[in-house]
Amino acid sequence: MKYCVLVAYVPDTASIIKIGGAGNRIDEGGIKWIISPYDEFALEEAIRLKEARGGEVTVITYGPDRGSTGLRECLARGADRAVHVMGGEATFGDAFAIARVLAAAVQKAGPFDLILCGIKGVGSDQSLVGAMVAELLDVPHVSGVVKLEVGEGSLTAQRDVEGGTEVFTAPLPCLVAAHKGLNEPRYPSLKGIMAAKKIPIETWKPADLGLDEAALGGAEATSRWLKLELPAAKAGGTILNGEEDPAGAARELARLLRHEAKAI
Amino acid sequence: MAAMADDSVASVREMVREFARRELAPHVREWDEASFFPAEVFRQLGELGMLGVLVPEEYGGAGLDYRHYVTIVAELAAVEPGVALSVAAHNSLCTNHILLFGSDEQKRQWLPRLARGEVLGAWGLTEPGAGSDAGGTRTTARREVDGWVINGAKNFITHATVGGVAVLTARTAPGSDHRGISAFLVPLDTRGVVRGKKEDKVGMRVSDTSSLILEDVRLPADALVGAEGEGFVQAMEVLDGGRISIAALGLGIARGALQAALSYARQRHQFGRPIASFQGIQFKLADMSVLVSAAELLTFRAAEAKDAGEKTTRLSSEAKLFASEAAVRVAEEAVQIHGGYGYTKDYPVEKLWRDAKLCTIGEGTSEIQRLVIARQLLGE
Ligand SMILES: Cc1cc2nc3c(=O)[nH]c(=O)nc-3n(C[C@H](O)[C@H](O)[C@H](O)COP(=O)(O)OP(=O)(O)OC[C@H]3O[C@@H](n4cnc5c(N)ncnc54)[C@H](O)[C@@H]3O)c2cc1C
Ligand SMILES: Cc1cc2nc3c(=O)[nH]c(=O)nc-3n(C[C@H](O)[C@H](O)[C@H](O)COP(=O)(O)OP(=O)(O)OC[C@H]3O[C@@H](n4cnc5c(N)ncnc54)[C@H](O)[C@@H]3O)c2cc1C
Repeated sequence: MKYCVLVAYVPDTASIIKIGGAGNRIDEGGIKWIISPYDEFALEEAIRLKEARGGEVTVITYGPDRGSTGLRECLARGADRAVHVMGGEATFGDAFAIARVLAAAVQKAGPFDLILCGIKGVGSDQSLVGAMVAELLDVPHVSGVVKLEVGEGSLTAQRDVEGGTEVFTAPLPCLVAAHKGLNEPRYPSLKGIMAAKKIPIETWKPADLGLDEAALGGAEATSRWLKLELPAAKAGGTILNGEEDPAGAARELARLLRHEAKAI
Repeated sequence: MAAMADDSVASVREMVREFARRELAPHVREWDEASFFPAEVFRQLGELGMLGVLVPEEYGGAGLDYRHYVTIVAELAAVEPGVALSVAAHNSLCTNHILLFGSDEQKRQWLPRLARGEVLGAWGLTEPGAGSDAGGTRTTARREVDGWVINGAKNFITHATVGGVAVLTARTAPGSDHRGISAFLVPLDTRGVVRGKKEDKVGMRVSDTSSLILEDVRLPADALVGAEGEGFVQAMEVLDGGRISIAALGLGIARGALQAALSYARQRHQFGRPIASFQGIQFKLADMSVLVSAAELLTFRAAEAKDAGEKTTRLSSEAKLFASEAAVRVAEEAVQIHGGYGYTKDYPVEKLWRDAKLCTIGEGTSEIQRLVIARQLLGE
């Protein structure tokens, strides 16, 4: 079995976000970068499948230089091969452009029996790339998977829906987008970290995939980030002292809820 | 090559930091209060390779050097110093003693299990009557036709309760000086080994510390580690490495305390301003930062010398002495910066302060480090 995992290297969810550039990007100074948490589930699942039944796990990222650090971590956790498609500046935030690059990379690196990605990439959270890649590769896809069984030539995947679960079967090759709950990702071991140093990361450019990145981000762009805004700073809350006069405080609370917050 | 090694130190630091943040941080207070030894954490540490850091891969270890090792101990110590102490004692005392002086057979039998964490290691030098004066060992090993019989008592032994095997020193030549002391490998389920009282300690409470009583413990002839009469010299060499890990322990505690103090000083307002805006507090933070940086430099200096194969007796003691005292100072200042809140269990600094104090005592007190350093300087 050959497994492919699409991994986005994204700002740590605990980062303090500031807006920079021309007001349509975040200020990347001081940001810590991490493997997008949902992609960790995807990677863990691929490694477990490999450990249980043999095979090879390839990880692919599309983005700037720093992405290699993320790929190293994937190798340390047990991936066998890593492909870094360098770039991403021109196509930033355009899910379809990103999907075209990734689909082409998957095709060049493959063939694969199973492609895994996260249900969403932290930072932009659009949940678009996985489905688009599947469509471009003309393979079925199941999204939001919390349980996965892979058989000969087909898979069974479970996803949680409001008040129940859905069970899907699909033929291989197939793309699966992982959700929280699929597994508990491992830490890279010391041996894994050292072994990962010895695996060369393959670096490709979109041009190596027959794609013109400038066109992808220019004439062929499907979406562009125009403006980012931080949420309005929260005003300090109002504290009503109910110790001395509970009835008065309750009256004041009701008044505020009705007339100020307009909640009742 | 150097660039690659640096890179792997950074990756290891990142992994251990994440591990400590997720697996240790949420439980620190609960484990401390219950004096609970988190066996599950040690199973995970074993899986990740952190219980066989210095053990070569052929014996199932991670095969890393001291720079990686001190990085690991310091990162764990910044969050849960007791776990870091146990990791340090397991790796650099018991396991390293077998690695440095064990026979091929002893290494094959024990190192893979120690490195995987299937068995935790203990190391018994200290006795009720032989602390700083470790050469004063009263535990005896009597030679018999088919092996050895050991009698005596060891105290303050890390992992005496939870451990599976120990390297112990015992006097093989009655009435001798330190040259009559030998080292033995003792599975702790051997008949006659009694695990004594668990110490109710001020700090480092998750780390298991107990006494061991040895009553007619019969060991096979091949339980001897290295040559007869070399146990004390072996122990001193083991401590050359061990003290670097206690330096790392101090470094981690100091760094953890500085971090806590920094974030508290930014948040806490008095006189209408964050206390971090007062010069009196800023000077404290600056001095703490200098101590942390100096401790880090000395610790890594000793680690690098060790990795280069140099004799590190003086450097190890210097790093251990400085980083330990720095940890105590920085943790105390962190409590001070927290004011009354620092004196409660709601903030992590009181625990770091309690934990830090072990560093100036274990593996040779600060006074003993000064003796060692002076002897090295004077060439005695
Ligand atoms: C400030 C900022 C900087 C970023 N920098 C990088 C970066 O350096 N490198 C990077 O890879 N991402 C980076 N990202 C994330 C990246 O922009 C998004 O993943 C991308 O825009 C797709 O967004 P999406 O919401 O459509 O993805 P989604 O559709 O929500 O993503 C679903 C899944 O598709 C896969 N996927 C998405 N994008 C990629 C990708 N580029 N490479 C491989 N797999 C992918 C992942 O498995 C992901 O879980 C950054 C995001 C922000 C906010
Ligand atoms: C949590 C913990 C874990 C430990 N783990 C282990 C372990 O795993 N294995 C092990 O073998 N031991 C272990 N120890 C024991 C530790 O190494 C000893 O406690 C330490 O060496 C000091 O010995 P002592 O307690 O007998 O103090 P003492 O030697 O009685 O010292 C008392 C005081 O006298 C001072 N002093 C002694 N001699 C001199 C001198 N010549 N000049 C100036 N001052 C002097 C000391 O510095 C100290 O201040 C552990 C201790 C603790 C607290």
